[in-house]
Amino acid sequence: MTQDIFLLIEHIQGQVSDISYIMAAAARELAQNEGDSVIGILFGSGAEGLKDSLAVDKVIYCDHPTLSEFTSDAYKRTLISLLEDYSPRAILFGNTTLGADVSSSLAAHLKFPIINSCLKISDSGGIISQICGGKIMVDSQLADKTTLITVNPGGYKPEEGQSSSSPETITFSPPDLENLKVQLTQYIEPEAGDVDISQEKILIAIGRGIQTEDNIELADELAELLGGAVCASRPVIDQGWLSTSRLVGRSGKKVKPDLYLCLGISGATEHIEAITDSKTIIAVNSDPDAPIFDIAQYGIEVDLFDFIDPLLEQIENAKND
Amino acid sequence: MTEIVVIARLVPDLVEELEIATSGTALDLAWLRLIINEFDNHAIEQAIILKERSGATVTIISPEAEGVEDMLFTTAAKGADKLIKLTGVGEEKPTNLSMAQTLAEIIKEINPDLVLTGVQAHDDFTGDLAPQLADLLDMPYVGYISGISLGDGKATAYKEYPGGILAEMEIALPAVLGIQSSEEPPRYVAISKVRQMMNTASIEDRDAGVLETDSGVVIDRMYLPEVADRAEMLEGDEEEVASKLIAILQDLGLL
Ligand SMILES: Cc1cc2nc3c(=O)[nH]c(=O)nc-3n(C[C@H](O)[C@H](O)[C@H](O)COP(=O)(O)OP(=O)(O)OC[C@H]3O[C@@H](n4cnc5c(N)ncnc54)[C@H](O)[C@@H]3O)c2cc1C
Repeated sequence: MTQDIFLLIEHIQGQVSDISYIMAAAARELAQNEGDSVIGILFGSGAEGLKDSLAVDKVIYCDHPTLSEFTSDAYKRTLISLLEDYSPRAILFGNTTLGADVSSSLAAHLKFPIINSCLKISDSGGIISQICGGKIMVDSQLADKTTLITVNPGGYKPEEGQSSSSPETITFSPPDLENLKVQLTQYIEPEAGDVDISQEKILIAIGRGIQTEDNIELADELAELLGGAVCASRPVIDQGWLSTSRLVGRSGKKVKPDLYLCLGISGATEHIEAITDSKTIIAVNSDPDAPIFDIAQYGIEVDLFDFIDPLLEQIENAKND
Repeated sequence: MTEIVVIARLVPDLVEELEIATSGTALDLAWLRLIINEFDNHAIEQAIILKERSGATVTIISPEAEGVEDMLFTTAAKGADKLIKLTGVGEEKPTNLSMAQTLAEIIKEINPDLVLTGVQAHDDFTGDLAPQLADLLDMPYVGYISGISLGDGKATAYKEYPGGILAEMEIALPAVLGIQSSEEPPRYVAISKVRQMMNTASIEDRDAGVLETDSGVVIDRMYLPEVADRAEMLEGDEEEVASKLIAILQDLGLL
């Protein structure tokens, strides 16, 4: 086993995803000793140029038409083949729709230990993970063999993993990629929504705490008075109460408003990683321990149903003054 | 007939306060309230939707935990056909790989076309169950799924990408799919119907065998997040808090 740290570069439709840069930053922290390299794994078709902005020492590049876009089966097969030639200290994967499709099944296949949801690397090279929706932290250490790690966004900024110098490329020949069991047939773009929440300056965000579809009216009223738009966490969207275009979080949109006022949102990792660029976050929640209070600038611990009416009334008064 | 297996797990309810065991390296399970893993609940719903659409036998398998029988009978009330409880799981959380090995043996006997479970469980630390299960069963895996249609020897599944994009994937069956959300929100069933199931449906017990709790990764410490700068809490009754909030909005030039 070498002491090199590998990471699987993620890209979708020709765009390198932010998580790739975040992993590059984490990998750099993990490569503790002089001489330990950070090595990106890049699969694609005519996509070698995607390595250019990544702060890694080298890139192992595998080119094949079938690898042009991500599919789990082709990626897994190629990774298994690659790991016959290489034996790194650790391999980082995004805890994302791409990374999570292959990391655990690769771990099972190669009997490599795996650590979930790494947020940061400690000064001593330990892994700091965040589980249970952000309510529990775990400090752990790499096992005594190649260890796989899934990385959550939030611990490092993408800029920390970017570089202007292009890393050296090592090419890798693809394995047999015939008879794959998973094929990508098409991407379906979301229907153009009524509003683009990623561009709104004021967002009223509602979570499961809103309880019923009828109560959404309260958020609408608030948004209208403040000149903003309503967005939501996953459970509200899953109920079908708002369209997917309003979803904020890992599987929805990233937002960067001046004001993110959230009502009845607990602050799970998958939600807050998409709101950290907001200028001001104000959280209303009846649970004093809700993780949302850890990232909000202002917190209000009340039952939102007792709070909204006086708030609406006072805003109206303030506007009439 | 299409055979569908769903793995349904109970996980700590995050609304409750979580505590760390005296060992300092695990959750204290003694006072923990458990609820069904939200995404497993979506997996159950998706299985029932597929059954209603084109016919299927749905088997639910759940590792033993406080409240697991109620959970299983609830799935029967929704339309599940067979219920299996994995017994002898023990207090300490086994590694997901070990759990997957045990489950894989049972699943092989059922020989399903489709295995569904939640894409993730929030208390997982040693990998995700669904992709590990897929590897052991030598089946393809695709996760983050929010819709499935079954065809001849294949499934068409919709995988969520960031920004609301869907990737349409064609997957050869049998396969394991990690469900993010079902096509319709999980249905509710009346308690009376669940009670009725307690009298009519039966749960098959299967011994989990020896489960491994050591993944090779050493956990130094589990702890509640130490917060550097927590929100400034606005104090007072609802009226007072509302006026403080308005003052802040005015300060920010938003009102
Ligand atoms: C792979 C994956 C991807 C995901 N992607 C996303 C995503 O894109 N976006 C997303 O949001 N989630 C996503 N999730 C789900 C995420 O893990 C959480 O489950 C979700 O964010 C929780 O939503 P919530 O805060 O609205 O609900 P909960 O966590 O249930 O919180 C509800 C909150 O409301 C409070 N509350 C209840 N009643 C009241 C009241 N009367 N007054 C005031 N407060 C009240 C409660 O105290 C609680 O804190 C994803 C999960 C996975 C596994």
